[in-house]
Amino acid sequence: MQVAPTSPSEHVPAREPLAPEHHHRELALEVRDLWAGYPGQPAAVRGVTFDVPAGEMVGLVGPNGAGKSTLFKAILGLIEPLKGQAIAFGRPVKEARDDIAYMPQVEEVDWDFPVSVLDVVLMGRYHHFRPFARWNAADRAQAFEALERVDLVEFATRQAGQLSGGQRRRVLMARAIARGARLLLLDEPFAGLDAAAQHELLQILDTLVRDGNSILVATHDLSCVMSSCDEAVCLNREVIAAGPPAEVLTPAVLSETFHMHLVTVGALGVQVAGFYPQAAARSVDPSSRR
Amino acid sequence: MGGLEGWLLDPYRFEFMRRALLALALVSLVGGVVGAFVVNKGLAFSGDALAHSTLAGVAVAFVTGGSVVLGALVAAVVTALGVGLTRRRARVSYDTAIGIFFVSMFSFGILILSRRTSYTPDLSAFVFGNILGVSRSDLLAAGALSAALLVFVFAFYRELQLVAYDPAVAAAMGVRATLFEYAMLVMVAVAVVVALKAIGIVLVNAMLIIPAATAGLFVRRLPLIMVYGALLGMGASVVGLHLSYHARVAVSPAVVLSSAAVFVVVAVVTSSRRALLPGASGSGQ
Repeated sequence: MQVAPTSPSEHVPAREPLAPEHHHRELALEVRDLWAGYPGQPAAVRGVTFDVPAGEMVGLVGPNGAGKSTLFKAILGLIEPLKGQAIAFGRPVKEARDDIAYMPQVEEVDWDFPVSVLDVVLMGRYHHFRPFARWNAADRAQAFEALERVDLVEFATRQAGQLSGGQRRRVLMARAIARGARLLLLDEPFAGLDAAAQHELLQILDTLVRDGNSILVATHDLSCVMSSCDEAVCLNREVIAAGPPAEVLTPAVLSETFHMHLVTVGALGVQVAGFYPQAAARSVDPSSRR
Repeated sequence: MGGLEGWLLDPYRFEFMRRALLALALVSLVGGVVGAFVVNKGLAFSGDALAHSTLAGVAVAFVTGGSVVLGALVAAVVTALGVGLTRRRARVSYDTAIGIFFVSMFSFGILILSRRTSYTPDLSAFVFGNILGVSRSDLLAAGALSAALLVFVFAFYRELQLVAYDPAVAAAMGVRATLFEYAMLVMVAVAVVVALKAIGIVLVNAMLIIPAATAGLFVRRLPLIMVYGALLGMGASVVGLHLSYHARVAVSPAVVLSSAAVFVVVAVVTSSRRALLPGASGSGQ
């Protein structure tokens, strides 16, 4: 895992294009000893420390209930961390909101709400509190560009709730893209997608990373992490292991990451069966991947 | 005047009828705009609760001889903020927080009124509405509150839409989501007070819910629901006002029932159109 002892002052200033030689020195996100949870319950995530280097895609791997969403919310300051902090591009996250786009789990959005697809994507363009402000032509252009990237332009005027599951994820993806942020936090974007849709979404993410963006993606899809992520962080309440996927996603680590879950949540057995050490080992083996 | 023209224009010979029409127009406008949030944010219960809680303020105003509008406004805003705070701090569900506050405020109102010897007709005007008793100053107060509300919604439309739709992402983008969630409750409180004298505590919630819900059956964007909700409310108001004048029944139930009738008609038409044209339903999936 990258625990580069760079001080914030060495960081490239915000909004400046990265010179290639700086590419791997800047950290898009530094999470430091983060503890978070909800009042009256034991901390859902404990002492989490990891980095998202600029221009890389990091997969946050863990079973349901491992605290991935809580971690995201704590990083974003949506829940106050009990301890620790998150730094984005050398600044506290609260000061770097323009540089961060967040895609929540698709279930967290009210799909009955009367908004069009374009309305949703335009929301990503919100940057400043300015009374009487409206979306301008530049916002619209960005929104359409984002819709084009996820191939949903023809659905722009549809009510968002009329879309299929895969399309809904792409709308939220487009909203995150339209933000024009350099760091994207994506919570379970692959969940519930079929193989083709997953592949499409991965291509979009790959393009974003190639364009210099940084991505932290929470998932329990190990093959996506293996094929596309530069690094993996295995989380189950605490960080079990972090580093290049091929090194990190070992049977031992996966067993530890997913083990507790197997014991405590038997009902999810079918879904979790894929994470038995043997099955995990198969999915880690590059020759067995699609 | 005879015939349809007479039926339509005759009532407006009277100033109180003209004032009633104007008051209902304001109620409809505010009801459509705020109703769009109420219906789509699941705030129907809070609208009812805020309406009932105004009784506390109305009662205090009656006893102290103060302004009834001010009393109602303070009671509704206190309830709105109290509900928000209780939910956050005491960690109970929204419905529970509303339920606790609304019965408490309503009880407080009844408690104060119980010390009075007579249940005056003036007071029943607030409980059941007395649109024909809307005075010039009532109208001015309602107009000022409506204007303030509409300017607020116009000024912070982006924030309100974002927070109503997706509070977590709104907060992640730097919108003060909690503040605007409170603001939404205060908006409902203001709308309730605008409609209070005209419609009455018991029925005021109908003006926030029915027109916006009807609009939501055939338009699918927030601003359109606001516009069509306001227009539908106005239509129901005119029909109700005429029914009341010609059939000698109370105005506010006539308006509410007209509104409900329109809802039923639109619901039947839109659902049968969907049934006839399965492709047009667009219910995704």
